[in-house]
Amino acid sequence: MELTGAEILVRCLRDEGVEYIFGYPGGAVLYIYDALFQQDDVKHVLVRHEQGAAHAADGYARSTGKPGVVLVTSGPGATNAVTGIATAYMDSIPLVVITGQVHTWAIGSDAFQEVDAVGITRPCVKHNFLVKDVKDLAMTIKKAFYVATTGRPGPVVVDVPKDVTVNKADYFYPETISMRSYNPVVKGHTGQIKKAVDLILSAKRPMIYTGGGVVLDNASEILTQFTRALGFPITNTLMGLGAYPGTDKQFVGMLGMHGTYEANMAMHECDVLIAIGARFDDRVVGRVDQFCPEAEIIHIDIDPSSISKSVKVDIPIVGSVGQVLQTMLKLIKESATRPDAAALEAWWSCIHKWQSLDCMRYDHGGDKIKPQYVIETLHNVTGGDAFVTSDVGQHQMWAAQYYKFNHPRRWINSGGLGTMGFGLPAAMGVQLAHPDAQVACVTGEASIIMCIQELSTCKQYRLPIKVINLNNRYMGMVRQWQEFFYEKRYAMSYVDALPDFVQLAESFGHVGLRIEKPSDVDGALREAFKMKDRLVFMDFVTDPTENVYPMIAQGKGHHEMHLPAHMTQERELA
Amino acid sequence: MRHIISLLLENESGALSRVAGLFSARGYNIESLTVAPTEDPSLSRMTLVTWGSDDIIEQITKQLNKLVDVVKLQDLTEGQHIEREMMLIKVKAYGESREEVKRLTEIFRAHIVDVTTTTYTIELTGAGDKLDAFIRVLDSASIIETVRSGVASISRGERGLQI
Repeated sequence: MELTGAEILVRCLRDEGVEYIFGYPGGAVLYIYDALFQQDDVKHVLVRHEQGAAHAADGYARSTGKPGVVLVTSGPGATNAVTGIATAYMDSIPLVVITGQVHTWAIGSDAFQEVDAVGITRPCVKHNFLVKDVKDLAMTIKKAFYVATTGRPGPVVVDVPKDVTVNKADYFYPETISMRSYNPVVKGHTGQIKKAVDLILSAKRPMIYTGGGVVLDNASEILTQFTRALGFPITNTLMGLGAYPGTDKQFVGMLGMHGTYEANMAMHECDVLIAIGARFDDRVVGRVDQFCPEAEIIHIDIDPSSISKSVKVDIPIVGSVGQVLQTMLKLIKESATRPDAAALEAWWSCIHKWQSLDCMRYDHGGDKIKPQYVIETLHNVTGGDAFVTSDVGQHQMWAAQYYKFNHPRRWINSGGLGTMGFGLPAAMGVQLAHPDAQVACVTGEASIIMCIQELSTCKQYRLPIKVINLNNRYMGMVRQWQEFFYEKRYAMSYVDALPDFVQLAESFGHVGLRIEKPSDVDGALREAFKMKDRLVFMDFVTDPTENVYPMIAQGKGHHEMHLPAHMTQERELA
Repeated sequence: MRHIISLLLENESGALSRVAGLFSARGYNIESLTVAPTEDPSLSRMTLVTWGSDDIIEQITKQLNKLVDVVKLQDLTEGQHIEREMMLIKVKAYGESREEVKRLTEIFRAHIVDVTTTTYTIELTGAGDKLDAFIRVLDSASIIETVRSGVASISRGERGLQI
């Protein structure tokens, strides 16, 4: 039986097992909405702005490992989604984004709500398609899901002209697909793996550095076994937090610009670096010619172009990190050589000395709420088991530093693109995917405003997200850079006309709380998480002068950190 | 160093702009780029001339391979290869210079493909430096226009870029 393009599209989503689709209707996608309306398999979530749709689908994908699906109309619908698509692209998140398009015969005529969606999104997608014939629609959707979810994942855009959604064709959705031009490598090269294992077992000062690739490949379990079998120190990137238990004794904290003193010093001094599913991002590497100066580097990654892109590595291994780690662990267990216990002990005692300086210590005193304290309390109140989304800035770094993530896919943030406005819509996708879980959105008063309209979506779908607004009245990270590097000229980093967030939350139908005293932090968080069916917006009035430490200034080496006052004093005394 | 990279890509609208977009987005150099369908109409073959350090060329080939439309890639400069470019050049040719241009055309084994009473249009095929040399020996004031095809290249020997 012949179906319309719109019916075919919805059937494809159903057959692909899509649970939720995040979107916003408009002229070019009305036939698709009409087809969605007449079925119950795929549930549509109506956002308030297309950027929110992309972020919500992204949060859904990050927290489940399944692809997120977006449906937006042509023109502004597509352009509004671009920030969300680019966010997913930078963090390798699988999305399938369906954009409406004007009729095929009108393409190129500057028609109403026409943009070249394929052209605009090309630099920020893994791949994109324009479907010109309804006969190609089902196959294209299949390809889109296949490309988005395999190899190094990423967003795929499918641009569907309006006439394609009304024209008819027979429905056939293939179970599997192969593409002659797309065959991601999965299995690592055996010879390279053997070489890497030999180097690992000869290391005196080894270091394991892992990124988002471990989370994406669901390889946390094998990474943990591998790390424990070796007894090596391990650090995670911002994107990799939770891949290894954050409270484990072998974990030395996050690395990079706002990483711990011990993680960065260990990077600087290590002799063998095992990089796993990480991409040597500039916020991690700092100064390239000072990066791990002593180390021979092993790099495992599914994307060959990530290898030796910024830092030259000695033993590259292209493949799925989970599979490669599995093989490596087997070889390590079979090997007659054991890690050098004496050298490792000396290395750990060196690391313990760095740890004893306690770089994460902050001043608890005074009557101002310290943002770090809010995050630590959030950890305690939620048992360290919540899904935490964040926006971008100081609050993001504090959440990363002080909420010790013990499980993968719990820490949801825009690491690569650094998109303010990400946190709240992402939390919607997380909460829909995990209706009974505790979901917190850690944000700041500047970021939250960027997608504040989604509070309305949260009301419509009764999403009991807990918004933790660390309100310091500044764009805190901008202010921090201006304090450090622009002689305290605080250009445009102070927002002089903030809303009353309590009233704002209430006007959207939610619960609003303002917390102004440190002694109220714990109680407020407990009260909020008890309200299991309500969104609670907590406006924490925090110390406006607090900075994120440690900090490596842009282009500096790992050993050249800005340190908190107590560390610089102690170092001077020593 | 200068590299000639040959690509087989899906003959689909947008494939060329993916390659061109990659080069501009990542700041890579392009000296020339030519593309046309192959004997299999579902495939296009592109010849790309670029230059850069070994690290940059490695990234260029990896990034090109990552494009979903790219089926196969070969860096022809890694082995022996033949490089050709075609040029059409229209020159003023009257009076004394008419005979001189004709003589140069013969020396370069070029062909005159269009003639008017005052001009010749000459077709010349060869490696890029041969084309450059021909332009140099002509009086620059006599050149009306030139058009070059960009480099097409193929490896020597029995093996070829196939799927």
